Amino acid sequence: MAYAAGVDVGSTQTKAVVINEERQIVSRALIDTGANVVLAAENAYVEALKDGGIREEEVEYVVGTGYGRYKVTFGDTQITEISCHGRGSVHMFPGTRTVVDMGGQDTKAIRVSPSGEIVDFCMNDKCAAGTGRFLGAAAAALEIPLGELGVVALRAEKPVKISTTCTVFAESEVVSWLGKGKKIEDILLGVHQSIVSRSLGLMRRVGIEPEVTFTGGVTRNIGVVTVLNEMLGFAVNVSEESHYMGALGAALFAMDRIMAGRVPA
Amino acid sequence: MTDGRATETIVGRGAKDGALMFRDWFQAMTGAPERGEQAAYVFVMGSLAELLRVFDFHTVFPEINALQTAVRRVAQDYLSTAEDYGYSPDICGYVKADVAMQLRGGEHPMGRIPRPSLAVYTNACNTYVKWAEIWERMYHIPIFTLDVPGSRAAGKQTWPGNADFENDKRYVAAQLKELIAVCEQVSGKKFDIDKLRETMGHANDMSRAWKRVLELNKNTPSVFNALTDGTVYLGVANGFRGTAAGSAYFKNVVEEMEYKVARGIGTLHEEKYRLIFVGVPCYPIFRRFNEMFTEHGGAFISSTYLWFASGGTNLGFEYDLSRPFDSLAEGVLINVRHAMDSMFFQDRTLLDMVEPYHVDGVVFHPIKSCRTTSTGLADLRRTVIESADVGSLFIESDMMDKRVVSEAQLKNRIDAFFEGLATRKQLA
Repeated sequence: MAYAAGVDVGSTQTKAVVINEERQIVSRALIDTGANVVLAAENAYVEALKDGGIREEEVEYVVGTGYGRYKVTFGDTQITEISCHGRGSVHMFPGTRTVVDMGGQDTKAIRVSPSGEIVDFCMNDKCAAGTGRFLGAAAAALEIPLGELGVVALRAEKPVKISTTCTVFAESEVVSWLGKGKKIEDILLGVHQSIVSRSLGLMRRVGIEPEVTFTGGVTRNIGVVTVLNEMLGFAVNVSEESHYMGALGAALFAMDRIMAGRVPA
Repeated sequence: MTDGRATETIVGRGAKDGALMFRDWFQAMTGAPERGEQAAYVFVMGSLAELLRVFDFHTVFPEINALQTAVRRVAQDYLSTAEDYGYSPDICGYVKADVAMQLRGGEHPMGRIPRPSLAVYTNACNTYVKWAEIWERMYHIPIFTLDVPGSRAAGKQTWPGNADFENDKRYVAAQLKELIAVCEQVSGKKFDIDKLRETMGHANDMSRAWKRVLELNKNTPSVFNALTDGTVYLGVANGFRGTAAGSAYFKNVVEEMEYKVARGIGTLHEEKYRLIFVGVPCYPIFRRFNEMFTEHGGAFISSTYLWFASGGTNLGFEYDLSRPFDSLAEGVLINVRHAMDSMFFQDRTLLDMVEPYHVDGVVFHPIKSCRTTSTGLADLRRTVIESADVGSLFIESDMMDKRVVSEAQLKNRIDAFFEGLATRKQLA
């Protein structure tokens, strides 16, 4: 039994996934990227191996992806997270035609063909508006743990309109709404609506074709998932593994290379 | 001469000679005031160099001066000077670099740019008009707008012999007469039709050669890089238009390209993907930007920049020297109109190139500080990907301002573009 691994070094978190020849996930790991990107990649990979009880020599091919893909020093090759999120999404949800990936510092919309080929893609440009960092700024201003943001936001009755799309100014806008006596949940839902609206703009650029699969760290926020479903008018594909979709796609590409290298019996 | 020695001498000659000519050109400009010579500030889309040379004006291209500051990595200093003076970060980076240079008394990394005695510009870019007004206020010089009726409808242009075209030509000719009077007044020199015929003859040589050079990249492998080599040729095409030196240079470039075609000498070790570039280059990381494509085996075989920034002379229009003045009006109308169409209506031209040039992908590069060349690119891209089986990439940066150029983000998108092209080839 051969294993393949994908290591997705993102701006905020590093994810590693190991799959078997049936292309099933056998183990995974998630750690904060921090300042030492090389170490983060190594640690995530070692954690994933440990999680699955797999020895390093059993992994025949490793693909690095994400912004730090070239820092996956033990990787055999690098593939962009754009291709990897597309590939992972089509594997997990074969009906996927559009992918929206919200990460720590970027959001991307990807249109894929039934075979997983990237037809078109679009990303936020040189600005963290509409990304996980935007939620992080709001969480800091409101002193609410990141993991509770979505739950609190969904209690809102009268969401405020967050006019800025700038992550830096978001914090001051949140504070100004607090000063006007607005409820925290109403402010938070406004924040969630703001980032979803920004992501929809990117998705429209590539063309929104169902099914839509939602990937990246922000998928863990139930508030964003709910608002995204409402604004789209249908439910997006999302799962426990969505956070690992880039690493999964990388592992799938790695398995392709293993299989391509095998001499037919 | 053996073939090996000939290859050493000929291959790369255009880029090398172009760089030398460029240095000489800036040196000539630097020494102009001391010699009592005058400068006319002009632009790449309709420079009217053929006419201005009759009055011995140095043609100074503020767009070229500005982009040179970015290539030489000092643009940020110039942009900051203009912004400290009060210009918004959103204003054209070329304008701001030029304003800063004027505020610094013409100081430029390649020499000293002389003050203008006159500025001549067309309506091809809306910023030209406001830009020239800055010099008018700074130096109290005459500025001249040449209003060229653009068709703004690709494929529906009128041509000589058509009544509408003849009317438009008369409109341009009337303005040229006014310009001649202004030039006579500023320079103190009389208009000389024979001298005009001579400069137009040189311009004809250049236009003919330029068209030929661009068409030679139909060959596989491509013989010049449209983004890097092409920009050097373009600089000479603008700075030396209407001169014997410019004419001779382009004869040599044609010879170099034909030599490379005959021997299958390309620009890359392995040309895997043939690309067209649409827009204005990313000058702050000019070489690196290109490398991000070439390291994947991507070769830029053409660029819309080489069309509009050569003032539309890529059409290869040649003046009829037996009727110079009338033919000048005709040529200015046809070329400037083509430059405008090359910014706004490239779709048909791009689609027509896909097969003969064996195009794999089109790279659209809108830039933050130029609305004129960038606004329509989203529509253009949609048309191209709906009508042709080619890959496409849409990446944004700037031609001057490094603050809005993110190399990591560009590389991510470029890598993904090539992954897509590779998949396309596998599936084909």
